[in-house]
Amino acid sequence: MNRSSIIFVSAFGLIISLTINLSAYSQETGDSSKIHLIPEAIVSAKKTRAEIVPVQELSGKQLQRLSAHSVADAVRYFSGVQIKDYGGIGGLKTINIRSMGSHHVGVFYDGIEIGNAQNGVVDLGKFSLDNMETISVYNGQKSSIFQPAKDFASASSIYMTTRTPAFGPGKATNLNIAIKGGSFETINPSLLWESSLTDKISSSVSAEYMGTSGKYKFRYAKRDGYDTTEVRENGDVNALRIEGALFGKVHNGEWRAKVYYYNSERGYPGAAVREEPGKFRHQDRQWDDNLLVQASFRKRAGNSYSFLLNAKYAYDYLHYLSDPRLDETTMYVNNRYRQHQSYISSANLFSLIDWLSLSLSADFQWNTLSADLTGFVYPQRYTLLTAAAASVRRSKLNLQVSLLHTYVKDVTEKAGGSAGDKSEFTPTIIASYRPFDQKELTLRAFYKRVFRMPTFNDLYYTFIGNKYLKPEYTNQYNIGFTYGINPSKRLVRVELQTDFYYNQIQDKIIAMPTSNQFRWTMLNLGYVEIRGMDLALQTLWKFAGWDLSARLNCTYQKAQDFTDPQSKYNGGQIPYVPWHSGSAIIGAGFGKWNLNYSFIYTGERYEAVANIPENHAQPWYTHDLSLSREITLKNAECRVTAEVNNLLNQPYEVVQWYPMPGINYKIKLNIML
Amino acid sequence: MVSDARYQLQNKTKYNVMRKIHFAIIIALLLTVSCRKDEFKSEIVPSTATKVTEAVYGSEIKGFFLLNEGNMGSNKATIDYFDYETGYYHKNIFAERNPGVVKELGDVGNDIQIYGNKLYSVINCSHFVEVMDVRSAKHIAVISIPNCRYIVFDKGYAYVSSYAGPVQIDPNARLGYVAKVDTATLKVVAECVVGYQPEEMVVVGNKLYVANSGGYRVPNYDNTVSVIDLDSFTETGKIEVAINLHRMEKDNQGNIYISSRGDYYDIPSKTFILDPSAGNVSDVLNPLPCSNMTIDGDFLWLYSTEWNYTTQSNSVSYAKVDTRTKRVVTNAFITDGTDSGIAIPYGLAVNPENGEFFVTDAKDYVTPGTLYCFNSDGTKKWEIETGDIPAHIVFTRYKLESK
Repeated sequence: MNRSSIIFVSAFGLIISLTINLSAYSQETGDSSKIHLIPEAIVSAKKTRAEIVPVQELSGKQLQRLSAHSVADAVRYFSGVQIKDYGGIGGLKTINIRSMGSHHVGVFYDGIEIGNAQNGVVDLGKFSLDNMETISVYNGQKSSIFQPAKDFASASSIYMTTRTPAFGPGKATNLNIAIKGGSFETINPSLLWESSLTDKISSSVSAEYMGTSGKYKFRYAKRDGYDTTEVRENGDVNALRIEGALFGKVHNGEWRAKVYYYNSERGYPGAAVREEPGKFRHQDRQWDDNLLVQASFRKRAGNSYSFLLNAKYAYDYLHYLSDPRLDETTMYVNNRYRQHQSYISSANLFSLIDWLSLSLSADFQWNTLSADLTGFVYPQRYTLLTAAAASVRRSKLNLQVSLLHTYVKDVTEKAGGSAGDKSEFTPTIIASYRPFDQKELTLRAFYKRVFRMPTFNDLYYTFIGNKYLKPEYTNQYNIGFTYGINPSKRLVRVELQTDFYYNQIQDKIIAMPTSNQFRWTMLNLGYVEIRGMDLALQTLWKFAGWDLSARLNCTYQKAQDFTDPQSKYNGGQIPYVPWHSGSAIIGAGFGKWNLNYSFIYTGERYEAVANIPENHAQPWYTHDLSLSREITLKNAECRVTAEVNNLLNQPYEVVQWYPMPGINYKIKLNIML
Repeated sequence: MVSDARYQLQNKTKYNVMRKIHFAIIIALLLTVSCRKDEFKSEIVPSTATKVTEAVYGSEIKGFFLLNEGNMGSNKATIDYFDYETGYYHKNIFAERNPGVVKELGDVGNDIQIYGNKLYSVINCSHFVEVMDVRSAKHIAVISIPNCRYIVFDKGYAYVSSYAGPVQIDPNARLGYVAKVDTATLKVVAECVVGYQPEEMVVVGNKLYVANSGGYRVPNYDNTVSVIDLDSFTETGKIEVAINLHRMEKDNQGNIYISSRGDYYDIPSKTFILDPSAGNVSDVLNPLPCSNMTIDGDFLWLYSTEWNYTTQSNSVSYAKVDTRTKRVVTNAFITDGTDSGIAIPYGLAVNPENGEFFVTDAKDYVTPGTLYCFNSDGTKKWEIETGDIPAHIVFTRYKLESK
């Protein structure tokens, strides 16, 4: 056998083992490392796998059928997740997992983290579902040790994975044109064009425009008191997204490269507090420009070694204007913020024995922020993350241990203005046990300690920032189980996932007032304890020509603030966290028809730590319904969908004084060539 | 064959019927799950009455109103009332007395005063002055003034300071103004442009003195007091004092005490004495930082809350000045150590009839505050929980009717 044949045969064998290995160690959640050669129409039966960390996922058809415009809307259907929504399509939407705070959630786009060093949160309302294949939420961390160090560095994470081109037999091009329109003068056309350039390389281009006036009616009323209906003004949005990507396969590996551009202008209506009707209109406006360039390369080299390289550059520009010439009540604010982010990462996997794998990853990131604020210090942050992990797989027992080291160095233009260096070690341990071979029952537990760095705003914002801030720590303890069964021909599949958890947040960064209401500073004073339970149930039915999937999510959370033991309100439920919340999605398909019903319930909660009647917020629930029909044309597939959201026109708000829309409609037309 | 076709047709019909039944079931389920339409409505929060002290009869001052500011954007300005004749403290009285007023009192209550038989409450971020009947606290009208700050009265007119003056070329250089309101008609009858971001005012003789802070123009604070002649209602001059002026009080000697907040970094807060007849600053009381002050007879009471970046904490101090000698007579008018439990003093008032004084604690601005009542000797008499950010007190000579 000559050398190249040996290489070929071992490569062939390695591809097999790579596939096995990858499917064992990486999630099949539309992971960017795998190219799916599956025809479009397959309905995947397993949505919650027997993962050793709690994971929830929405993908494929179930994701597309949701009456959701953005990732933020879709994520509301997960347990333990809270979206803080400031209203309308344009309002800020941030994700909070198990009440630890939005800053502790790592947001990943195609495997690479989207960061915001300025305020530490990502507005998920900006990510449309148009080109999205899968959204997954992990508590703790993904249980794949072969991942960049960043994936170990958040208390929880959300992974957004875009479509990887998949071509049916004989097809070299996919074209998907969609037009959506609806209430509040919303118009949303989009385009997706995928090409198979060679047998190893494919490309995808996606573009989308979103425009809406945001003028929805809202209502505030008290029993035996006032009852007022107003219209939300200055909530218009104009947004454009363009993405282009290349995907390639090489010998034992694959790569992808992507460019993502997002540009938007929107109005900020502000809090709907008491004002004379129609007298003074909020006119604040915000412009965003986001550019992202990222590339990923994974390859198996040799029998037991694989590596994954990632690189990214991001530029974010934000311009906020509040003009007293348009709104006489306001203070003049005209601020421009520019952030640059550069990132490289190398992850390495060593599979020495079949039951033991080791990984070593290192990530380096450089962030800068410039702003035209008075006295701004122009901070720069260098972050070096190193993670070492080990994974043990025996027949019934899975164990993973990882240790993350974080080194952060801040530099500011003004001498002595920076927060200095920080160096921390944080561990994670994950275990799962499957007691019976014949039954799909898995018991699991994890412990994780991790922290988040104070953001640039926390440290350096003129007058408010405090450069002496320490990081904010979280400890998570989780125990739970997953169970799967295929009961009968009608009830094809049942999957249940339940977890009980206890989390602590230490040195929580909170805003503390100083001399008056308009002067605050940030301090590490807070301490919060969270006790909760998340439940996710998925069922699949097939009968009488119907395909039915029913999904139920429930959360119970007791999230208490113990910051000030002397306070009368010590132990109060933290703001906006309901004790009970849940959602249900029922998708029913009959031939070419599909009916989708979704329901969200948020129980009572309080708007402040003082859990008194003045701060009480009523529970709310919404029902969404959509009906779609597939039509087969000569050369194309077509789908028409009609949606009614908030069917019973319930007035509600997520954040106090930021009302949400009442009943609204949408019509979608999708043409797939 | 025919039977096959008929069988298929029968099955198809059966499926169609079943499909319709299934749809109907789903729709029915939805409608049953639908809630009572009005469940989203919450109750108006009623007032809470707590007995805090013994009832006292025969005083001229029947009680006081306390205005809680509420954190900006929370729409939580509220009014509390203390009744001397019953010894009860009533927390949050406005909403239950005015159930038809949309969204209750409003966002950020900045000042509360009584003139004639009306109670005036300046609601800064709702952009109006809420006018109520002083005997019932029932809504009469609102006076629309954008970004209004403080209110004073003279000869049947109310004068309200506002940040929202005319915008000229530079939107960052926008002067404030004082609105003149006819208290009989509750309409703005004139406006007078003053300095940048005007705050408190005092009337001495027939002149109105206005403290200009310039707080929006950091680091270029304003440093002047505007002088308005009340007959012509025009600004006749400016007196240069110090940066970031805020509080003003007039004493029995005809002098005006005025506070400067400093720049929060190198320039500390100070207290100044203005001589209106001379038209200039006559004294600088330094070191005497001041966040809030009030006059009772011949004494000026004040406190200061200053953030110290080095110690990472607020440093709070109290003082009392004899206005006849212009000297600090004590640095601790709270004599029993209660002050060590006050995190952020935010309101200060002295009952001119019996010498009792009141200090509020705003705590962390998002939790209910505390009002402390002290005897004239500085020992605590009673305390009570208030709304969010208790800040402004006005004594009333009319007893508030029950609801």
